[in-house]
Amino acid sequence: MDFGFCLSPSSHVKMDSVDLTTFNRLKETNPDINTCIACGSCTATCTAGHFTEMSFRRILLMLQRGKEDEAKKMIQHCMLCGKCTLVCPRGINIRKILLDITR
Amino acid sequence: MKENILIIGGGAAGMEAATQLHKMGLNPIIVEKSEALGGHIAQWDRLFPAFHPAKDVVEKMLDQVKGIDVRLNTEVVDIHRDNNSFHAILSNNETIDAKAVILATGFDIFKAERKQEYGYGIYNNVMTSVELEKYFRTGKDERINHPKKIGFVHCVGARDVKVCNTYCSKVCCTTALKQACEIKEVFPDAEVYTFYMDLRMFGPGYEDLYLKTQKDFDVKCVRGRVCEVSEDMDGKLVIKAEDTLFGKPLKMTLDLLVLMCSMEKNKSIDAIQQKLGVGNNSDGFMQNKDMYLGMNDTAQDGVFVAGACTAPKSLPDTIGEARSVATQVYNYLKR
Repeated sequence: MDFGFCLSPSSHVKMDSVDLTTFNRLKETNPDINTCIACGSCTATCTAGHFTEMSFRRILLMLQRGKEDEAKKMIQHCMLCGKCTLVCPRGINIRKILLDITR
Repeated sequence: MKENILIIGGGAAGMEAATQLHKMGLNPIIVEKSEALGGHIAQWDRLFPAFHPAKDVVEKMLDQVKGIDVRLNTEVVDIHRDNNSFHAILSNNETIDAKAVILATGFDIFKAERKQEYGYGIYNNVMTSVELEKYFRTGKDERINHPKKIGFVHCVGARDVKVCNTYCSKVCCTTALKQACEIKEVFPDAEVYTFYMDLRMFGPGYEDLYLKTQKDFDVKCVRGRVCEVSEDMDGKLVIKAEDTLFGKPLKMTLDLLVLMCSMEKNKSIDAIQQKLGVGNNSDGFMQNKDMYLGMNDTAQDGVFVAGACTAPKSLPDTIGEARSVATQVYNYLKR
């Protein structure tokens, strides 16, 4: 019977149960993913980002907060133009990392 | 006869100012309330940004003050001014006549119990940055028992109107990253998180330390202030914070939480400071004449300030100020 109300799921990220397999695998071949300072340069310059929610710095966070599916969905907007890699002040090879995530 | 300069406080600022004044041919007298010179820095293990042993610096400073008048376990109990000289009565009943006074009384550590939501003094596994440093120095602390997950909370007692400290304590960010690397060195398998609001890496080599923290030590920096800490049935700590870069609150279980306590003004000197006619600034530290050209001067001629008694300062800042106060005192006496 539907009473018209329901329980909302918790919005908390439960860090104790986050699966970091993908992130840790990536880290092995791309140790520079740890060095992101979330400046947002990648997102601001992103060609796809002008029309979609594409944001590389958020993708990195999603992988570390148990939102791998969302991250992979977001990556589909990427056109691999590589502008993000040009602007990153930490010199992170973003284009390669994006390719590695989907691999 | 050499002119006496009374220096209150035998920490980094007091020792360095005394060294310089001594070289200038004056007679500095250090009055230190504790049983040894060195102040807070003598309690420290290694210094940021390059993990330099604090002992090296302290030993060099102690070496330089050899031959300088020092009164340990002594406080100034009364002071008054007679035209251009000061008469100080010490707790050992000695009287000192000095031509100038340098307040180098430094800081106190914020009492972490005041931020009750972090559970210091309530939960076993919450400790302060000062206690962690002591652990690095001595290798002993019963709270540290092969922790698997460790958190650092920045800005404890700083940038917080709730404790009436709206200022930034300047050195805690860099100290947190330094300590995060060090604890990772001791426990390489541990996951280490720091919870920051801004990372203020203001000095030379500090950004390099930040990069090293991320890259070589795999420390995870989360932007967001820990809002509450509780304990679960196993005695582990459950913390809540928002990951403000991700835009979602998060919950995490930790084995150890380290609180980066801020610097507060050392209030044990308030009575003497008042007698000398030196006021406080809006952060509660001593008021200097102006922050650019008069940083060592006060509203009173002949009364000078140096080091962390006017604001939170790093060791290089303090040594720089101690050297500049010596010049100011010298010029004051020669005028």
